[in-house]
Amino acid sequence: MQGYEVLFQGNNFLRLLGGLWVTIRISLISIALSLVLGIFLGAAMRMKNKAVRAVCRSYLEFVRIMPQLVLLFIVFFGIVKATGLNLSGEVSAVIVFTVWGTAETGDLVRGAFDSVPKHQYESAQALGLDRFGVYRYVILPQAVRILIPNLINLSTRMIKTTAFVSLIGVTEVLKVGKQIIDANRYDAPDAALWVYGAIFFMYFIICFPLSLFSRKLAKKYKQN
Amino acid sequence: MSENVIEVSHLHKQFGDNVILGDLSLSVNKGEVVVLIGPSGCGKSTLLRCLNGLEPIQGGTVSLHGEPVEYGKSSLTRIRQKIGMVFQNYDLFPHMTVMDNILLAPLKVQKRSKDEARAEALTLLERVGLKEKADTYPSELSGGQKQRVAIVRSLIIHPDIILLDEITAALDPEMVHEVLNVVLDLAKSGTTMMIVTHEMAFAEAAADRIIFLDGGSIVEEGEPHEFFRCPKTERAQRFLKTFTYTDS
Repeated sequence: MQGYEVLFQGNNFLRLLGGLWVTIRISLISIALSLVLGIFLGAAMRMKNKAVRAVCRSYLEFVRIMPQLVLLFIVFFGIVKATGLNLSGEVSAVIVFTVWGTAETGDLVRGAFDSVPKHQYESAQALGLDRFGVYRYVILPQAVRILIPNLINLSTRMIKTTAFVSLIGVTEVLKVGKQIIDANRYDAPDAALWVYGAIFFMYFIICFPLSLFSRKLAKKYKQN
Repeated sequence: MSENVIEVSHLHKQFGDNVILGDLSLSVNKGEVVVLIGPSGCGKSTLLRCLNGLEPIQGGTVSLHGEPVEYGKSSLTRIRQKIGMVFQNYDLFPHMTVMDNILLAPLKVQKRSKDEARAEALTLLERVGLKEKADTYPSELSGGQKQRVAIVRSLIIHPDIILLDEITAALDPEMVHEVLNVVLDLAKSGTTMMIVTHEMAFAEAAADRIIFLDGGSIVEEGEPHEFFRCPKTERAQRFLKTFTYTDS
């Protein structure tokens, strides 16, 4: 049997799509949670209180230094052993990606607000706008223009990184692919290239439009 | 004789141990144009910022028509509607068109009708020669054009006084002229202004009164021609000498 035939044998392709859906589900939930929590983290990172800032900063550095795979193992194996709490692989994945995504989103939010120059705040105040008005009409629109392309880039990074969760037993797209390849090891030894090639293409279909969109937005915002 | 718009009394301002303004008192009358000059770091920009409540002060009072201007107080948003201010940096909002920049305060702060405010904005833009730029974004304007729009944006709220903080300091020389012409025109038409500038020829032409600051206090003040021809204090003489390049 030829390698590419494996792809369409039985319900293999449907199974791959099912795995892709798991990938997308984990990504979407994590991204959504990260966005909400990250906005709060970003606000905290801009507070005057030095202790709050230091705590946020250490959280961010910790998450950045730890490889995502190690974080996944800590949560999935470590926490389950330590607390007896029985977390499924998918829940563990959402926890880890939210912990990571929140840290990165928070930093992006902080960066976006920091990059609005100080005199923009002052000239808005000088017009008689109150604190709410300064943010609503002047600061927020500028910060959001910086933020959105960066958030989209972060999302594509998160989607790609979810491939790790196959290592804690979640049958997302990569894991399904591996199962298909293993099942056809003797009939179609070159199936790996085709199956992994198809998976590559699936990631590409999801991430490339996002990446294009963010580049287009960034360019558009830059003009004004 | 005439009514005070701004009254500064015994103003004291410091950053850490560094005294920026010490026991400074002055007042500006309605219709008067006061130009603040002095060496860099003499506190003139800080003084303007204190007048608009952008800086906390450590002593003394600033009041506008008798009402105290206090840093961080909620009354500031109301008082600031009576004070127009233009800064050195191009402070237009880059995400809004020229027209939206100008209309922000009239519509969102003063709750005026859009048609009326828009009509006035166009009249003011015409006055500074930028009527055709109403729908462009700040990034498409030159530095001089941006500053003229910023002036219009401060004028449209009908302030009692306009504060101009080195508004030509970041401009190319040929753009300085177009901006200062607009300011001179305002000065002649009776707008109350307090101006910080390094353009001495402009200061002499526009000012009703020159205030020379050094080391955070008023060293000399007076009528412009007199000040520039024969400054009384030795410090002012030395300062003015730095603007001439004759051998002597």
